[in-house]
Amino acid sequence: MTEPVITLRDLSFFYDGLEVLQDVNLDVASGDFVSLVGPNGGGKTTLLKLVLGLLVPTSGEVRVFGQSPVRARRRIGYMPQHAQVDPRFPMSVLDVVLMGRLGKAPMAGPYRGADHAAARRALGEVDLEPLRQRPFSSLSGGQRQRIFIARALAAEPELLLLDEPTANLDVHMESEFYELLWCLNRRLTIVLVSHDLGFVSQFVKSVVCVKRRVVVHPTSEITGEIIQELYGGDVRMVRHDHRCAERGHEWPNS
Amino acid sequence: MQHALLAGLLAAVACGIVGTYVVVRRITYIAGGIAHCVLGGIGAALYLQRVCGWTFIRPLHGAVVAALLAAMIIGLVSLRAKQREDTVIGALWAVGMAAGVLFIARTPGYSQDLMSYLFGNILMVTAEDLWLIAALDVLVVAVALLFYNQFQAICFDEEFARVRGIPVEFYYLLLLALIALTVVLLVSVVGIVMVIALLTLPVAVAGYFARRLWQMMVLAIGFSILFTTAGLAVSYQPDLPAGATVIILAGAVYLLVTIASRLLRRRGG
Repeated sequence: MTEPVITLRDLSFFYDGLEVLQDVNLDVASGDFVSLVGPNGGGKTTLLKLVLGLLVPTSGEVRVFGQSPVRARRRIGYMPQHAQVDPRFPMSVLDVVLMGRLGKAPMAGPYRGADHAAARRALGEVDLEPLRQRPFSSLSGGQRQRIFIARALAAEPELLLLDEPTANLDVHMESEFYELLWCLNRRLTIVLVSHDLGFVSQFVKSVVCVKRRVVVHPTSEITGEIIQELYGGDVRMVRHDHRCAERGHEWPNS
Repeated sequence: MQHALLAGLLAAVACGIVGTYVVVRRITYIAGGIAHCVLGGIGAALYLQRVCGWTFIRPLHGAVVAALLAAMIIGLVSLRAKQREDTVIGALWAVGMAAGVLFIARTPGYSQDLMSYLFGNILMVTAEDLWLIAALDVLVVAVALLFYNQFQAICFDEEFARVRGIPVEFYYLLLLALIALTVVLLVSVVGIVMVIALLTLPVAVAGYFARRLWQMMVLAIGFSILFTTAGLAVSYQPDLPAGATVIILAGAVYLLVTIASRLLRRRGG
């Protein structure tokens, strides 16, 4: 039995005197593909930030790879919510992906050859290597999301955390995006925050419902009642049957 | 005149590099707050020099101390108490200036110099000032370039930088310290009130042509040099205030480039 990648024990988190998360116990196994779903303000992003060590729990414990989150960060790839960056920032695609090498690159001075190699490898994994010299601002929304995945992959992580990665994508781009993640899941543990339960459950292995408390469901158990209970109303359900692209993806690292 | 030109060129280099960080991180207002606090430092230095007889103190020394102090206070406030950041900067901005005005009012024979600190008098730069300006310039440029990757990361996506193990607070405060020193360099060229313009206008013009951060810096240095030398040249014969001429020139070029880019885009699309 391998050690879980993420362990949350009796975790509670208060923000401004309000209880955002209460008595959370959760294990994420190595190789899992987990979606955190739940209503806005239910604590999904908070949970992700606790795992990253960006927030500190009010009580309880977070362990990632058996270490404190801050110490485990080197092994985590992270993709923050889309809206946080200025798309007009003057950077090339490669510049953005190279940011993923911080923490592995030297503390000062330029990036090394190994950093450039890792960044280009990561760009290859999201099929955007030819765009590396393009200005980041010239990319489409879907391409930008892929670049952010590549930036997370450039750190050569073992665990990938994504916060609402498909918030700004249309349905077609969204399905392509999940196919990419589904393929990456062959070698990485993935945890993502999603607002769209029906769609995500086609791809992920387990669904964690976050609404102050946390309930884990294997994907096979997701039913109308659970969705009803979680959101208190009808939710968009999208059928989506095919998974990987016909020609498949290439995996230089796997 | 030679001193003035040298001071302008030295300031332009730091201005292009640090100004780029200011513009992309969108902290012009913080730079403005730091600039106005400098008057407090200059006033205190003059007071100590004239009234207390500490003759080794020069106004530029006071400016350096006040700018760094203001940068650290503003930095800590903006890191700790995000929701009241603008109030604190505004307060510091005004209190710094008020302190300067009081000190200068209490210093005999120096009231008329207030104008030259507020609006710049590059022709007053002495050889001694020039050495200090050169030293600050080397320091600022070296640090700003050495940690280019780190500064770029915290300007683009602070949270991601933090997750990658970058000590974000440290680099943010370091960046504010660099801004403070750059502000001091610029105060001797264009004066306190117009520092923000010289810090941002060359970068804003460069922003229309640059595709990467370092290109923005190189172009901004070029435009800064162009604006300061041209401003000095234009103002010299008719004896116009040099600082104001530099800023008017920079503003005019920015306006023209903005209009030209709009027209081109309309024709293209």
